[in-house]
Amino acid sequence: METRGLDRLICEHAFFAGMSPDHCELIGGCARNIRFDKGAYLFREGDPANEFFLIRHGRVGLELIAPGRGPVRFLTLNPGEIAGVSWLVPPYRWLYDAQSLELTRAVAIDGGCLRQKAENDHDFGYEMMKRFMTMLVQRLHAAQLQILDVYGTHG
Amino acid sequence: MRRSFKFSTSTVRMAELAAVPTVARVRSRRRETHDTWTLSIDAGEFAFQPGQFNMLYAFGIGEIPVSLSGDPVAAGPLVHTIRAVGDASRAITQLKVGDPVGLRGPFGTAWPVADSTGSDVLVIAGGLGLAPLRPAIYRLFAERERYGQVALLYGTRSPADILFRHEIERWRRRLDVSIEITVDHADLAWHGHVGVVTRLIDRAIFDPDHTVALVCGPEIMMRFAASALRTAGIAPECIYLSMERNMKCAIAQCGHCQFGPVLICRDGAVMRYDRLQPLLTAREL
Repeated sequence: METRGLDRLICEHAFFAGMSPDHCELIGGCARNIRFDKGAYLFREGDPANEFFLIRHGRVGLELIAPGRGPVRFLTLNPGEIAGVSWLVPPYRWLYDAQSLELTRAVAIDGGCLRQKAENDHDFGYEMMKRFMTMLVQRLHAAQLQILDVYGTHG
Repeated sequence: MRRSFKFSTSTVRMAELAAVPTVARVRSRRRETHDTWTLSIDAGEFAFQPGQFNMLYAFGIGEIPVSLSGDPVAAGPLVHTIRAVGDASRAITQLKVGDPVGLRGPFGTAWPVADSTGSDVLVIAGGLGLAPLRPAIYRLFAERERYGQVALLYGTRSPADILFRHEIERWRRRLDVSIEITVDHADLAWHGHVGVVTRLIDRAIFDPDHTVALVCGPEIMMRFAASALRTAGIAPECIYLSMERNMKCAIAQCGHCQFGPVLICRDGAVMRYDRLQPLLTAREL
């Protein structure tokens, strides 16, 4: 029952919109419900990146420690978005912190479990890759804009 | 031949009048951010449309185009918000109460505020681009019942760079408009959104078939915003951008603000995206 409930949550999540029920079930087999109180960390820089999170409610801030400046928040994530991509590629370690900015409810998905299922079922793997690539390209474009500092005096 | 001559004389006379600044006086100045000030200027009777600009002249230093940032309906001084980035803008921001400033205008096209009646309206501002949009925001908010959904999406560099902060705080108390702010980066004291302004478009509520979008900010930001609005289903003829170029005469005579076939001072600054789109991606203009 618990797994079926997670399948539904996964299929209803914006990131997996249009995903087939079979594939949602595959993901659900690697998933668990989780909540983070305000101020709690989903993950910390340098820790093993074993999972990622489908944000259902709440908000998550991605942060880096900048020398001389302290923590700098460079992105906030809202319901319908994904926190964590470092589970996709070696060395599977987080490169930044992710902090819950308010009570956050999420579905945590085991990255190793999902990678194994993608290896065994390339159709599923390709479906996953398309979704993550879209998100990564969008975030890359956003990061390019941020790096350009368009609101600076040369903008 | 005679008719042509008469017309030409009239045109030259109008151009002469528009080319001569009147002397206005600074009534007040307020610091907005570390490099941006808002000046109120006494200029007598003066009518303008949201989105139009004036040429402000720091005597002996230089003249620059500055958008009007006050309410076009309100009586009283003209309001301009200026960022100190060059000699003329720095001199103008350093003017004291009572100092003279040369003024020509208003020039340029306007935001289609009245023409948006019945539509949802998305106002998307980046950085100092909030200033030229503020007259339109005043009018949209003042006549809120004329429009569908109204949303202001504002992106800027950091929390310290938020323009008109106290006014935005007042606007956010309204229940009939949606106001979202995002910054490119922030320390942990900031509780709002972090990320580029285009990410806010996904969160806004609007009917893409009946939405007018008013966009102002750095050109790169406007290109990305227009692209995101197109992806969201808004037609290019319903997207308006305010272009910025190096204007000198402001009366379509000198050609400094030429942008391909367009003179920004005459055909803009506010222009429809369907006209601008092929120009924005041109390598050299």
